[in-house]
Amino acid sequence: MKLYFKYLSILIKSQMQYSTSFILLSCGQFLVPFSVFAALYFLFERFGMLKEWDFYEVALCFSIMHMSFSISECCARGFDSFSSLVVRGEFDRVLVRPRSTFLQVLGSKFEFTRIGRLLQSVIVLSIAVLNLSVEWHVFKVLTIILMTVSGIFIFTGIFVLAATLCFWTIQGIEVANIFTDGGREMSQYPLNIYKKWVTRFFTFIIPFGCVNYLPLMYILDKKEGSSVLYMLSPLYGMLFIIPCIFVWRFGVKHYRSTGS
Amino acid sequence: MRAYVSIFRMRLLNGLQYRIAALAGVATQFFWGFILIMVYEAFYLNAGKAQPISMEQLVSYIWLQQAFLVFVILWYRDGEIFSLITGGNISYELCRPCTLYGFWYAKLIAQRLSGALLRCSPILLVAFILPQSYRMSFPPGPDAFILFVITLLLGLLVLVAISMFIYISVFITMSPAGSLLIFGVFGEFFAGKVIPVPLMPSWLKRIAYLLPFRLASDLPFRVYSGNISGNEALAGIVTQVAWLVVLVILGKIALDKVLKRVVVQGG
Amino acid sequence: MITVEGLYKTFKVSKRSPGLISAARSLFFREYIEIEALKDVSFKIDEGEIIGYIGPNGAGKSTTIKVMSGILLPDRGSCSIMNRTPWEERVEHVKNIGVVFGQRSQLWWDVPVIDSFELLRDIYKIPGIEYRKNIAMLTDTLDLGSFINNPVRQLSLGQRMRCEIAASLLHNPKILFLDEPTIGLDAVSKIAVRKFIKRINAEKKVTVILTTHDMNDIEALADRILLIGRGRILYDGDISGLRNRFGTNKTVTIDYDESSRKPQIEGTDLLSWSPERAVLFVDTQKTSVSRVITALTNQYELLDVTVENPPVDEIIAKLYKEYEI
Repeated sequence: MKLYFKYLSILIKSQMQYSTSFILLSCGQFLVPFSVFAALYFLFERFGMLKEWDFYEVALCFSIMHMSFSISECCARGFDSFSSLVVRGEFDRVLVRPRSTFLQVLGSKFEFTRIGRLLQSVIVLSIAVLNLSVEWHVFKVLTIILMTVSGIFIFTGIFVLAATLCFWTIQGIEVANIFTDGGREMSQYPLNIYKKWVTRFFTFIIPFGCVNYLPLMYILDKKEGSSVLYMLSPLYGMLFIIPCIFVWRFGVKHYRSTGS
Repeated sequence: MRAYVSIFRMRLLNGLQYRIAALAGVATQFFWGFILIMVYEAFYLNAGKAQPISMEQLVSYIWLQQAFLVFVILWYRDGEIFSLITGGNISYELCRPCTLYGFWYAKLIAQRLSGALLRCSPILLVAFILPQSYRMSFPPGPDAFILFVITLLLGLLVLVAISMFIYISVFITMSPAGSLLIFGVFGEFFAGKVIPVPLMPSWLKRIAYLLPFRLASDLPFRVYSGNISGNEALAGIVTQVAWLVVLVILGKIALDKVLKRVVVQGG
Repeated sequence: MITVEGLYKTFKVSKRSPGLISAARSLFFREYIEIEALKDVSFKIDEGEIIGYIGPNGAGKSTTIKVMSGILLPDRGSCSIMNRTPWEERVEHVKNIGVVFGQRSQLWWDVPVIDSFELLRDIYKIPGIEYRKNIAMLTDTLDLGSFINNPVRQLSLGQRMRCEIAASLLHNPKILFLDEPTIGLDAVSKIAVRKFIKRINAEKKVTVILTTHDMNDIEALADRILLIGRGRILYDGDISGLRNRFGTNKTVTIDYDESSRKPQIEGTDLLSWSPERAVLFVDTQKTSVSRVITALTNQYELLDVTVENPPVDEIIAKLYKEYEI
């Protein structure tokens, strides 16, 4: 853990060497989701409701998913840009060091410009929370935190899976965008607006449903039955990272036996 | 002209080499298409009164947007020109026996066309045989289809003329990221990438109509889906041509100006 | 210290044939060619040796290095380095080795060198006292003091390489793998790097395994040469042995009192001639150097005689040719 912060500090120092581009990119990270949010607002202005969800409910979902995404993109960027590490042959360097490959790759890159996106989502979150007419208490706040953390785990897991793919091929890597950018874009709306097969896939295989739909039901008092299950469903989402780490290990093993 | 053809051929071959990447791109586009259609479907459930664009038209609109993505986005991976400008290697380009504007213009068109050719046919092919609610429909008539092709090609010319300004502005800002950002966020928003132009509130729509960004994607797509009828499409073509002329002239003047500055500075 | 026995490694490389049809076919059926990168590679290295590991590109050099540093798993064979099998106990093993890839950097591009060093300290968990001692020693001997606080991107190639070597020695490794450490360096930096390698080898008993294409490196540093070609070890011994075996030719230069006669001796070729000086190429398989000199003494009033070995580069080139590698 200490090493991870060491990586963090050295990368902050590097980033500070390019402060103008840092500010510009952070603004961009603010503006891009902002335009998406603006579009969301215009659509609600026109249609009023999205299935049974109103604007502030969707805004809550939107902000939590974007928060998770920006944090995991900031911290797990090393996996996101892993293909270039493999292409440059830098992964050998990781293997000749006496630390876990997972930690080293995780620490190899941070994308601080995601602070822009994070800021944007925090603003949206505050707007949503202030305007929602639900009763807030500690457990609901806890659930929001849990949702965000669980989202970070899921996105990171997807980044890890995509990175593992690089051990075999770096050509089709764009397909991973379906689950990273696509997953973000899709999960910014409550999952039940989609067709059954989509909802199922993104609940049981990649557990976005446990992060956005189920706990949202609890927070917005739409649930039926036991609230604890709804509240704790994000924990199931966190488990997603475990198979991802195993797959990563398998990938490293493959790399070491083929050296591609 | 021959130089242009050979650039185009090379780009296309290059693109074909990365066929797995192209396939992956197609798959990604499909996913986006499905998600967007489902989202709008959910929105349309509550559409009380008639909307400015019908769900069926919107489905075609979305698939066209996915198939011709390279006609919507303003920046289409060409780090080469950026590094030429910021790295100071621009002097090599100035030694070439053709005007810089024309040369870059040809290159950028070739890039986008080859990108579109690789991706559009598989996407459109499948979009036509999807189940009813996702299926792309045919244009209302042959005249609409012809108008679609014309507006699409003219739109490409307009789009490339706009994107030239990104490169020109890099001479001044020296930061590709910054220029891309401004052009990318605003341009793509007003091109209807984030929210289809017909679904914008009327005040925003008015702004979008004043700007050239929608001419490359929104106009041809709506002509195809029948959302824009014949006469309005013809008016659109006139607008496209007018913008094209203005943009190219302004672009040439601007490029000459910044190049002069580069020469004065000694490269 | 290092024992390698019977290493085998085969790579599968997908075959690509030109043409659109075969390109489409290869989407579904991939044909593979097997490349044998290592075939029965065995050797032993003792503590404190400097080994020059040479061979043409693609001979299996880097594969061997990767196996020895625990990056790659071999198909067959054993390797024991300080009583560990590198690929089985990777983490423990790599604590004992330092690796410099000449063409890649392990330093962070945008931050001062010293910051990179501190990060490495944490990665390798080097105790404080040891770290400070090593930094002082390395700064002193490699003369890093004047630029250790500069970001890496501002360093010259020679300065950067010195920092790379320092970085790989911070944790007191017992074995140092150097992959083309002098590539692209100017003459002064090359000599500085060589001197330093010699020195840490002598003082700290670090075993050095050096791959390079620069035969001057080998001549200046290596006690022993391992030559690999097509995945096999072809030669294992010192430079003079290599000379005896393959450097069968010598050049003899003579200065003499003016004479208009050109020397004609069996088994030699005249490389250049002037009224005061002649250079002869001697094929030692046909005649011996002493016989040539005797013959020359009979024909001329000799003022000076020089006998030279051919440059190592030529020997190696000849070697490669002989083994058809």
